[in-house]
Amino acid sequence: MTAVLQEDTLPSVRTPSGRAVGLGRLTLVELRKLADTRAGLWLLIIIALATAGTSAIQIGWADDADQNLAGFFGFALLPSAILLPVLGILSMTAEWSQRTALTTFTLVPARERVIVAKLLAGTLIAIASTVAMMVIAAAGNLLAGALGGDGGWDIPGSLIWQGMAMQILFVLMGMAFGALLLNSPLAIVLYLALPMVWGILGSTISALRDASGWLDINTTTAAMTEAGMTGGEWARVGVSAAVWVLLPLMIGIVRVLRREIS
Amino acid sequence: MITVENLTKRYGNHNAVNDVSFTCEPGTVTGFLGPNGAGKSTTMRMICGLSAPTSGSATVRGVPYRRLGNPGREVGVLLDASAQHSGRTGKEILTLAALTMGIDTATVPKALDRVGLNATAGKRRVRAYSLGMRQRLGLALALLGDPAVLILDEPANGLDPEGIFWMRGLLRDYADRGGTVLLSSHLLREVEAVADRLVVIGGGKVVAQGDKAELLAQTGTLVRAADPAALLMVLERAGLTGTRTTDGGVVVPTTSDVIGRAAADAGLVLLELRPAGSGGLEQMFLTLTAGDSVKEAVR
Repeated sequence: MTAVLQEDTLPSVRTPSGRAVGLGRLTLVELRKLADTRAGLWLLIIIALATAGTSAIQIGWADDADQNLAGFFGFALLPSAILLPVLGILSMTAEWSQRTALTTFTLVPARERVIVAKLLAGTLIAIASTVAMMVIAAAGNLLAGALGGDGGWDIPGSLIWQGMAMQILFVLMGMAFGALLLNSPLAIVLYLALPMVWGILGSTISALRDASGWLDINTTTAAMTEAGMTGGEWARVGVSAAVWVLLPLMIGIVRVLRREIS
Repeated sequence: MITVENLTKRYGNHNAVNDVSFTCEPGTVTGFLGPNGAGKSTTMRMICGLSAPTSGSATVRGVPYRRLGNPGREVGVLLDASAQHSGRTGKEILTLAALTMGIDTATVPKALDRVGLNATAGKRRVRAYSLGMRQRLGLALALLGDPAVLILDEPANGLDPEGIFWMRGLLRDYADRGGTVLLSSHLLREVEAVADRLVVIGGGKVVAQGDKAELLAQTGTLVRAADPAALLMVLERAGLTGTRTTDGGVVVPTTSDVIGRAAADAGLVLLELRPAGSGGLEQMFLTLTAGDSVKEAVR
């Protein structure tokens, strides 16, 4: 470190023009922020490893008849369906628990733009992850075919779109919980526990059983892993998503917009 | 250029900031002085649009901060050097800011170098940074967008004497080239060395503000006598009230001429008689704000 003041290394004081920060640029920044910390990077690495692990399990232990692309893909979606939302939670909460909100919202005072950029980044990473799962599933299928498994390449298009929609839905749900609670450990625990508790209540208390069919997001989204969802099944997903994604997201956005930053 | 007009922030019944007004002109360094809890940081957060004022307004270059399209290119802000993700490297933090502002990321190594952080330090995670290094990184972040205005909250915290000297030079030079600097501190001496203007705040209110030279000139005369008790009596007889300094002198809000005559008439031996300067300002600073910092300690 030097105490010598060097004229030529100092910035010029000038009059810049202020163009608003574009949403595309912000989304790229938010995507980068998902992976530039140790926590984020390791989450992504673990998701990749776990997905490769699902293919290995499939090859090692599944019936030969089930060793086809649809089987590999369906199983490959599981790790990221659980772990990718955690990345979404951290994207929202780290701004507060690591206090980076101070810098983020100083550079972009329009907080809603940052939130939209985060949601877009989360959607993009969910799509990218689904594509990556497809690649890993294909590699697994290729290997399985060589090792005497079914190795069939037929996969219903609806399964791919539904899988992708489910990934996006869960990442957005994670982000909604993050925005609502603004606290990493609390948001992660409640994200995982609350739907589970609701699921248990719904299945044990008979009076809740009907409501549970519409409101338990773990139940309604189970249909998304089977090809050819019906309109009724989509409606159930929509209703449960309104409760578990839209509602916390709306309250969370209001909270982030109003919150004092210090 | 920063303009603050009647800013007030109320939390419940407590006025954290009460009717604060001041301006910072281009080409000057404004020292924002006050004890801890006086409302400096709250005022600065309101200027930067991070906290909504209860009443009043603040503009930077004539525009409310929240309406600046790309504020990073107009105002460099350092409010808390520790508010960075501990798992990111210094270089990554600057890269993210550069991407946000739309600046070429190739300028990042130079920005780190400018504040005395080398490539090795840039690759290290902020978790491993000392407070001084975090302040340097924060300053690099503030300067990154080549802004015309700097808003810095206690930037000298954690810097070693060499670092403080370096920062003064940097800020002085920045202001001399037409930049506007608002710099807060709870240490008078630290700000005095670089500021052109001072705004003193205590208990949420501005208690003094103006040109540094003027403020220093107004602070009275320091007098020290061989017999301190006799001096106090002489002053009392002359209708003057002095404030005692820690080293046995008395600061009196009048000219040396008046005190000199009074002492001569009383046959008092004076050991020292001179303009109080910063010693007087410090005295004033302590007197004006003492009650509030005690309150803060209890709160």
